[in-house]
Amino acid sequence: MKITILDRILLLFTCLLAAWQVAVGINSADTLPLITYTISFGVLLVAGLLLIILGFDVLDSPAVVIISTIIPLGLSLGLVWEHLSSTRIFYLIFVIIGFLTILITRIFPMRNKLPVILLASVHGVAGLTIFLLPIILVFFGLAHLSFALVSLGGVLISVAGLWLSFLRIGKPLLLNSTILKVLPGLLFLMTVCFVTGFR
Amino acid sequence: MVTLAIVKSKLRLYWLLIKGLQAGLLLSTGLAGYMSARCPVMHWYDFLGMGFSLFLAISGSTILNMWFDRDIDAAMNRTSHRPLADGRVSPNEALRLGLSLSAFGVGMSVALSPLYGLIVFAGLSFDVVVYTMLLKRHTCWSIVWGGISGGMPILAGRAFGLGHIDGIGILLSLAVLFWIPTHILTFAIRYYGDYQAAKIPTFPSTYGFQTTRTVIAVSSILAALSIGVASALIGMQWGFVRLLAVLSGGLFLLAIASIFRPTERINFGLFKYASFYMLSAMILLSIGTI
Repeated sequence: MKITILDRILLLFTCLLAAWQVAVGINSADTLPLITYTISFGVLLVAGLLLIILGFDVLDSPAVVIISTIIPLGLSLGLVWEHLSSTRIFYLIFVIIGFLTILITRIFPMRNKLPVILLASVHGVAGLTIFLLPIILVFFGLAHLSFALVSLGGVLISVAGLWLSFLRIGKPLLLNSTILKVLPGLLFLMTVCFVTGFR
Repeated sequence: MVTLAIVKSKLRLYWLLIKGLQAGLLLSTGLAGYMSARCPVMHWYDFLGMGFSLFLAISGSTILNMWFDRDIDAAMNRTSHRPLADGRVSPNEALRLGLSLSAFGVGMSVALSPLYGLIVFAGLSFDVVVYTMLLKRHTCWSIVWGGISGGMPILAGRAFGLGHIDGIGILLSLAVLFWIPTHILTFAIRYYGDYQAAKIPTFPSTYGFQTTRTVIAVSSILAALSIGVASALIGMQWGFVRLLAVLSGGLFLLAIASIFRPTERINFGLFKYASFYMLSAMILLSIGTI
């Protein structure tokens, strides 16, 4: 499917927002969250640029599954590290193991359902963390109301990540054309939510 | 009305002769070099004078190159529609325009600062005489001299801002030198047949495609490293360094992909990304120390 001018404009604004977030960083963030947020928004920025330059064909790359995993894992790790200090080490281990298992199952393809189960589990946990943690913090008055937008961004990134990953491993959740039609808008909306929420 | 229409059509042709986008990118490197030395103190007269003189010199050298290479351009599909190659501008007119712009550009540069003028003149000479006239038709290594001349605007801008040449200026110049192969060699791969038809030695025709892709990838990485080190030495704000690192990471990944999974699309993607990267790096260099 050919990328349209509107898609390119939406992706350009997504890139600009992600670039701005990388440059300004996250207020009062510790070193590790700052690194994970930078990696997540950085991946979003580079992915957006590659989509603008190469078009939707870039999504045929096997690297898409890995890249679409980095963003939620990085953001969720940053959130847990900042706000759930008692579980940060466990979550860090989960992120490392989760990422490595997805990486391994991509490099050495398996015929059973293990890669799909792993992918859904890792995305599910990371997505739920990004969705639930900010809402809970806002609910208990531990964060500003606008921080709830991070939850909305979490929902959107989970949806986008799952769509892309399952499309790539040959088990699409929606029609290919439908995913590509809404993807630029979804990425833009998600970035707006994250950038506004992290302010 | 008729006169206005003639002027408009001439300007349109001249814009094609100076390769507006390429001239703009080179000019941006010169302005970034100056801003990296003078920000936050801004001297508008110097800034505008430097920008204008550099634009004239870059445009002049581009036209002189095109004048000299008009036979090659006519023999290649990609360039056969250029105004000189297809006869819309006569060789004499182009030569006069190229010499005038070059003379004004260099003259104005010398008037602004002798050192700055000397670097601009060196860049123009390397580009027109050494690269185009002496080497381009004989060796694929001519791109090194093309790269050196491409690195002169940023060195000139920084030297004009500082009043002397420093290590950072040379490092920035090296960054452009390393970036040039990404530009030229990608074209050499994409338009391989054209260059063969025009009998121009290129890296792909001399060393093969795989070696050329490796050279492109390595030079892209070296360009990113040079800019990164120069940014740190300039004292660029930490947030901008992070952003530059992210963009460099993208360049690195594309460079690796172009070696191990080479396709026409990936190679041209690397070429476009490298151009975007260079422009972004120049903007960050310009504002990064404010």
